[in-house]
Amino acid sequence: MKAARKVAEEAVGGAFDVARIREDFPILKRLVHGKPLVYLDNAASTQKPLPVIEAMGHFYAAGYSNIHRGVYLLSDEATQAYEAARRKVQEFLGAGDSREIVFVRGTTEAINLVSHTWGRENVSAGDEILVSGMEHHSNIVPWQILCQEKGARLVVIPIDDRGELIFEEYERLLSPRTRMVAVSHVSNALGTVNPIRRIAELAHRHGVLVLVDGAQAVPHQAVDVRELGCDFYAFSGHKLYGPTGIGVLWGRAALLEAMPPYQGGGDMIRTVTFEKTTFTEIPHKFEAGTPDIGGAVVLGAAIDYVGGIGLAAIAAHERDLLERATSLVEAIPRVRIVGTAREKASVLSFVIEGIHPHDVGTVLDSHGIAIRAGHLCAQPVMERFGLAATARASFGLYNTRGEVDVLGDGIRSAIEVLG
Amino acid sequence: MPDLRELYQEVILDHSKRPRNFRKPEGPNRHADGYNPLCGDKVTVYLTISDGVVSDAAFQGSGCAISTASASMMTESLKGKTVEEAEAMFERFHGMLTSPDDAAPAPPELGKLAVFSGVKEFPMRVKCATLAWHTLRSALSGTGEAVTE
Repeated sequence: MKAARKVAEEAVGGAFDVARIREDFPILKRLVHGKPLVYLDNAASTQKPLPVIEAMGHFYAAGYSNIHRGVYLLSDEATQAYEAARRKVQEFLGAGDSREIVFVRGTTEAINLVSHTWGRENVSAGDEILVSGMEHHSNIVPWQILCQEKGARLVVIPIDDRGELIFEEYERLLSPRTRMVAVSHVSNALGTVNPIRRIAELAHRHGVLVLVDGAQAVPHQAVDVRELGCDFYAFSGHKLYGPTGIGVLWGRAALLEAMPPYQGGGDMIRTVTFEKTTFTEIPHKFEAGTPDIGGAVVLGAAIDYVGGIGLAAIAAHERDLLERATSLVEAIPRVRIVGTAREKASVLSFVIEGIHPHDVGTVLDSHGIAIRAGHLCAQPVMERFGLAATARASFGLYNTRGEVDVLGDGIRSAIEVLG
Repeated sequence: MPDLRELYQEVILDHSKRPRNFRKPEGPNRHADGYNPLCGDKVTVYLTISDGVVSDAAFQGSGCAISTASASMMTESLKGKTVEEAEAMFERFHGMLTSPDDAAPAPPELGKLAVFSGVKEFPMRVKCATLAWHTLRSALSGTGEAVTE
């Protein structure tokens, strides 16, 4: 622990200059209830840096039109920008082929796309879908709906008291009936980092596919889908300092090619007659209608921004913040941290004995501190720990040690006010 | 920001730490479940009504200080009220927290429930204070379920 912190400090003192990074985020200058904003709800969504905000304005002011159809210059430019963003995502994820990148609205839509298309063709009565006990509702409900329609069974890999997936149980639950393993890379409620590589290796030995919800992973660590060895990977732009309404599904080309389309409409067809329609090639087959062109282009700008700082430096900075916050918060009497996995990223969930998280959230808000309080869209996780709700602080690249200390003072103040 | 002490008054904190009528009574003849799916707060309100009068009111559930104290004080003030009086209390309490007139004083009929008037200054928390009351109204009307978001 000590050695890790020393390395982190050196990284912080070196190339990573958080004061300079904060200059890029205009909203961080805002006052909330007369106090400087301390934004610690990055697992819900992240704030946007100037290069991202400006890319949005620039695209609409200088280069906008619809894509893939016009014969005029603007349409060609917009198409180039949209497809350049796709290649940026490809590089960002370490994917082998830009055709494997499908633009969607976000992680939720990416998972629904797979459950609706791959699921429709490949899941039948008696089959099983494996999810972990730490999933966000977005990686539970689409599979549940599919299972209900098909007469299949949703099977849950249990987690232990630290909030780690019990690997032996996973091994035991994989069976000839298993069709898909759907797990988060990083848990939004507990911060647990799952061993995706090991999970995928074992699944593939049984001929089972693996879908990874990467929403909470891509802002905090470098991701290489080929190294992870999974089959589908999903993430959202807005948690990566990019815009809302845009996200990504990565899937192996052979799988995407074999899947039926998701939605029907323009841009996803080759020929249409009233008798029969033939569909175009991937990824366009999955992008019916005019997509969020601006969102995709600006997501490219967000990837450039994060890439310019470097995910290794971001990870080291955030590890330092999480370690500092963990030791500060666990030293406060009556406070208990929920989620103590050995590998964690960004997320610190906690409860205070005798005080409801919503009341903690209101007191922290009065200090200008934005945290999440509630079931965190992970009600089964709450049930596993016998809780109705938790308070959650989650860190991003612009947070500082000073803000962690303000959080500690805020929690002490909440205990004083609420008794 | 309005003063936190307006929200977390002594009497509210007291009822949240030691809720009154927090039990499942023997043989209530009306009850309803209330739920706020956004925050996960849950409350079940039990009423015993004889000859049109609330002879017993109790609740169970889990929630924040505001929702627990609101349920606790609501059950205390219901006992001995007629069904019509209870419905009128709902209207007054709900009106106190949602009326667009910021300067409107709390209706004197609400008595010590006026302590919740400060919640109005915290719009995100109004649902917490009204959950038990919506549930009460469902119990009175026999619909059995109330959901606030």
